[in-house]
Amino acid sequence: MHEKVLIKEPATEKTFRDTEDYYFPAYPQEPPHYPLSKTDEEEGGNFFRSEDMLVNMGPQHPATHGVLRVVLDLEGEKIVKATPYLGYLHRGVEKLAENMTYQQFITLTDRMDYVASMLNNFAWVRAVEKLMQIKVPERAEYLRTIIAEMQRIIGHLFWLGVQALDIGAMTVFFFTFREREILIDLFESLCGARLTYSYFRIGGVDSDLPPGFTGKLHKFLEEFPAKIEEYDTLLVQNRIWLARTKGIAYISGEDAINFSLTGPTLRGSGVYYDVRKAEPYAAYDKVKWRVPLGKSGDTYDRYWCRMQELHQSSAIIKQCLEKMPLGPIMAEIPGMTMPPKEKVVTEMESLIHHFKIASSGMKVPKGEVYCGTEAHKGELGFYIVSDGSGKPYRVKVRSPSYIHIGALDHMSRNYLIADLVTIFGTYDIVMGECDR
Amino acid sequence: MFGGYLPSNYLPIVVFIIIAIAFGAGTIVAGYLVRPKKTYPEKLSPYESGMKPFSDARTPFPMRYYIIAMLFVLFDIEVVFLYPWAVVFNKIGLYGLIEMMLFIAILLVGYFYAWKKGALEWD
Amino acid sequence: MEIGLKILVPLIEISVVLGIVLFHVAYITYFERKILSHMQDRLGPMEVGPHGLLQPIADGLKLFFKEDIIPAGADKIIFSIAPIIVLVPALIGFAVIPFAKESITIFGLTFKPFITDINIGILYIFAFASIGAYGVILGGWASNSKYALLGGLRAGAQMVSYELALGLSIIGVLLLSQSLSMVQIVEAQNRIWFVLLQPVAFVIYVICAVAETNRLPFDMPEAESELVAGFFTEYSGMRFSFFFLAEYANMILVSCIAAILFLGGWHAPFKFLEFIPPTIWFILKVYFILFFFIWIRGTLPRVRYDQLMKFGWKVMIPLSLANIIVTSIVLYIVRG
Repeated sequence: MHEKVLIKEPATEKTFRDTEDYYFPAYPQEPPHYPLSKTDEEEGGNFFRSEDMLVNMGPQHPATHGVLRVVLDLEGEKIVKATPYLGYLHRGVEKLAENMTYQQFITLTDRMDYVASMLNNFAWVRAVEKLMQIKVPERAEYLRTIIAEMQRIIGHLFWLGVQALDIGAMTVFFFTFREREILIDLFESLCGARLTYSYFRIGGVDSDLPPGFTGKLHKFLEEFPAKIEEYDTLLVQNRIWLARTKGIAYISGEDAINFSLTGPTLRGSGVYYDVRKAEPYAAYDKVKWRVPLGKSGDTYDRYWCRMQELHQSSAIIKQCLEKMPLGPIMAEIPGMTMPPKEKVVTEMESLIHHFKIASSGMKVPKGEVYCGTEAHKGELGFYIVSDGSGKPYRVKVRSPSYIHIGALDHMSRNYLIADLVTIFGTYDIVMGECDR
Repeated sequence: MFGGYLPSNYLPIVVFIIIAIAFGAGTIVAGYLVRPKKTYPEKLSPYESGMKPFSDARTPFPMRYYIIAMLFVLFDIEVVFLYPWAVVFNKIGLYGLIEMMLFIAILLVGYFYAWKKGALEWD
Repeated sequence: MEIGLKILVPLIEISVVLGIVLFHVAYITYFERKILSHMQDRLGPMEVGPHGLLQPIADGLKLFFKEDIIPAGADKIIFSIAPIIVLVPALIGFAVIPFAKESITIFGLTFKPFITDINIGILYIFAFASIGAYGVILGGWASNSKYALLGGLRAGAQMVSYELALGLSIIGVLLLSQSLSMVQIVEAQNRIWFVLLQPVAFVIYVICAVAETNRLPFDMPEAESELVAGFFTEYSGMRFSFFFLAEYANMILVSCIAAILFLGGWHAPFKFLEFIPPTIWFILKVYFILFFFIWIRGTLPRVRYDQLMKFGWKVMIPLSLANIIVTSIVLYIVRG
């Protein structure tokens, strides 16, 4: 008997916004075959009369967040179709991973989403740990949570500044960078780098918090709500901002799921999905926090979600700082994780392990693993195929920016060019991650 | 030439226009002598975000702009009528006031017609 | 001799006014950058000269020595003259602006505080200001670039829409002053400034002036996050700087008009403050409005194009018409 397979219909061309269907006649299956003359076939077949203007937006454009290229089909200023073209920042990160040990690849994940490198590190080490089934010590889990949430705040601040700048509110950009600077200074004291941190290690983290770190962080967290208020006064109490964000780039929860959007972009449509809650990792299940959900699925709701996440992130950090136990920050599994430096210089076995891991990689079991981590943009996942050697056989990155771009056409149709820049902003795309 | 009336007040304006044009043209000509002139096809191609343009930019554009221009002409005529009326308002009294109110009322009828017809909608 | 003097005095006045205007245009860019920077927790230009004071000169020189590119597909003649069409109206508007109260006499020559006082002063400014819109549209069209074309179209539609409300907003002032001459309008504000009698008109005027000069939040024609640079995307070097100059000259011009029509021109706000020269008062008022322009640029996001047009046609024009009707009726009753 034929089994009934329940597959959700993919989002159709028609949404509530399209009152007329003027793009392409919808062909459910094969397009009907019209015999073409030979010359016609060479020319590319039939096409329809159109008064639209085809415009390139990007790769060299001040508002496309790097090198995204979108070919716009414009009718006056209205977007009839928006086709993103990717790959202008493709560096072959996935392929490079195949020639690197698992430990070495951490530095390359920094270069993917350079706005929030820590979260990339986190996603990668989590995937590798899942593959190797390493249990990370508790203090390291708390440290990771604190750092990841700090990075989430940085990412959201960056997003807020850029989104506001795209809409024309220049001052917010500088204000958010002021706060971002404080956190980046903290990261600098933590691991020496300001942009590409490589702080996470497989099995733990690189170092414990430096002296004075918690004090500064507490001070920041105390001042932060007032700063969020400041952004809100500049934006939410501003009618122009509301007019530019409310009802713009609407996407229904169902469509958002079908486009596999994640993160605030999905939660803005009211879908409750957060990897931190769905399959808790690190210390997220040990602290109290809530997932902000939007109602109407427009740019404003996604903005609201992210602003609330700033509050939630600070709450998580505060609780983690309180609850964080003392203890080791690296798992010690011989042959799998790097032994600590003190042991390397004193013990023979550790020296050998260190040498083995550094030269030929870790002992990784054969198998495949997918592990998603909630980055500030959405679910950042790594799919690793291991053949049992020290280097991954194949790595696939599920980058939220890339997935979100898939919904660009759907979300931008029938809006104006001016709204397109808000839509780039609302995804929070970073081309380094999108093209990898 | 001006029926015996020489608008000497306007003479400085003519002089100013000439000087302003001379300033503009002079700066460009002077710049021509010192600026570099190294052109190649890529530099001369129109900007389209770093890609080759799809087509000529001189394509038909929507009627919307044309309607706005027509409405503008109508209303601008009204503004032109209002200026002299405002200046002599004290002299022409009630008659002038009612006259202009009627004029504005007629224009408002047209304005609301255009509004209802959707000429002022952008989408 | 007579005729020689008649030409000589305006010539000197014109060169002085042109010099002053260009100087202020150069330095308003500096002030804008400085004020914005300090609003945004940064320093702004600091390198060229003390506190970056020579930055405008450096910018001007750089633009002067820049290559002037005319794109291959452009309409060469229109492309070349469009910047001048924009620049000239912005400059010659200053011909009727009265900067001070009394004439000064140097070497037996009497210099009036304005280049000329014509009896249609304000009409003259608006008439020439509309020509500027042609330059913008032609410049956008001639570039043969889609961004420039879209920017030019936007600019054209925006400028004509807001010109209407701008023109209508000052009719209330004209009803009060019973004159189109700038000097007489200022003198009519001897007792009370028109901003107090015509507050609605003042608000409409300022909003429309921002839209007319294409400044944020109404900088649609050159919205850099959408249209890169709008109608002057293809312009470079001196021609680009003409658009730039014109924008800032227009800003100063509309501020001057606002100071004259609404803020009492050279009049001091209170009797006891009259020891300060009238010119200083005038400049202070102009810079107050200019600061306001820069301030809203630091505060507000950009509106969308359709919202801008709707606002212009559906709010500003009815409001200014209503203002005229109310003003004229009240005036008729008061004056009998």
